Amino acid sequence: MSQAIDFQENRVKTGEGGIILTSVEDLLNWSRLSSLWPMGFGLACCAIEMMASYASNYDLERFGIFPRPSPRQSDVMIVAGTVTFKMADRIRRLYEQMPEPRYVISMGSCSNCGGPYWEHGYHVVKGIDRIIPVDVYVPGCPPRPEALIGGFLKLQEKIRLEHPIAPTLLLELEAENHIT
Amino acid sequence: MTTHDIVERLSSKFSTDAILVVNEKTAQPIIQIPANLLLDICQFLHEDELLYFDFMACLTGIDNGPEKGSMEVIYHLTSIPYQRNLILKVILPRQIDGQPPSIPSLSSIWKTADWHERETFDLIGIRFENHPDLRRILLPKDWEGHPLQKDYQEQDSYHGIKVKY
Repeated sequence: MSQAIDFQENRVKTGEGGIILTSVEDLLNWSRLSSLWPMGFGLACCAIEMMASYASNYDLERFGIFPRPSPRQSDVMIVAGTVTFKMADRIRRLYEQMPEPRYVISMGSCSNCGGPYWEHGYHVVKGIDRIIPVDVYVPGCPPRPEALIGGFLKLQEKIRLEHPIAPTLLLELEAENHIT
Repeated sequence: MTTHDIVERLSSKFSTDAILVVNEKTAQPIIQIPANLLLDICQFLHEDELLYFDFMACLTGIDNGPEKGSMEVIYHLTSIPYQRNLILKVILPRQIDGQPPSIPSLSSIWKTADWHERETFDLIGIRFENHPDLRRILLPKDWEGHPLQKDYQEQDSYHGIKVKY
């Protein structure tokens, strides 16, 4: 108790506090990409690598990535594994339950393109992009945790360049080079 | 009790010569039985004090294709007290009036048969008579066809998703 009082009394104000200048957009993007919360679900062997990435060796939480138990609280869906047609309806529903802005990482060959089931897998969706839009494809069978982390870094790059609050009209004009 | 003894016991009980030893040199001897006697034979195998096959370990369905024109159902039985195994094989015509064949359900004797028969129905299409709940077990309920039939063609799309690569 007395220590805390001492600390208060001895607190030195240097007057060297800085000011950060940034745009609201950059601040928003930075905060969004620094706490990407994926939906906590896995489908097949890729999910084992995904779990390894969450665990202490690779520790995805140092990027602010922490699985959520509900699609309502999630920013990103990692489709980790083989998507069967029976599962496809559920995946689509879970994606629709996520609030916008939402992102999808397709992890592994199966969800990228059907993987080893591309020819004879009557039950496998040949690429998750036939059901929901995909932002980042992570190749591998299954991808190592480093590859998944690489996928997240790619997604962060993508978010960093987004314009979440700019009016659509402004963006359209910008794209047509009417204003710079 | 050797495999021949079992077959002899069954043959005299049901006064038939349609029960054949297919192979007795394998670790689990195989005998072939006619489909119309299946339920009675299995009831007897299950209840008889000298046989007492109280456990069904596995049930398999095989489609031999349109050329051979037959399907098979194979039952792996075990007698736990006698430490004895037996494989029953039933050969069915591949199609009857354009429909896959049917065979009596054994789920009234061994509960295990229930889900095994559902899987065989789901993937091969063999129907099991008097099954308590013959629904698909693996594929979605609105799936078309039975994928492990040799001449199976997958549907073009499922719920608006293209199936082919």
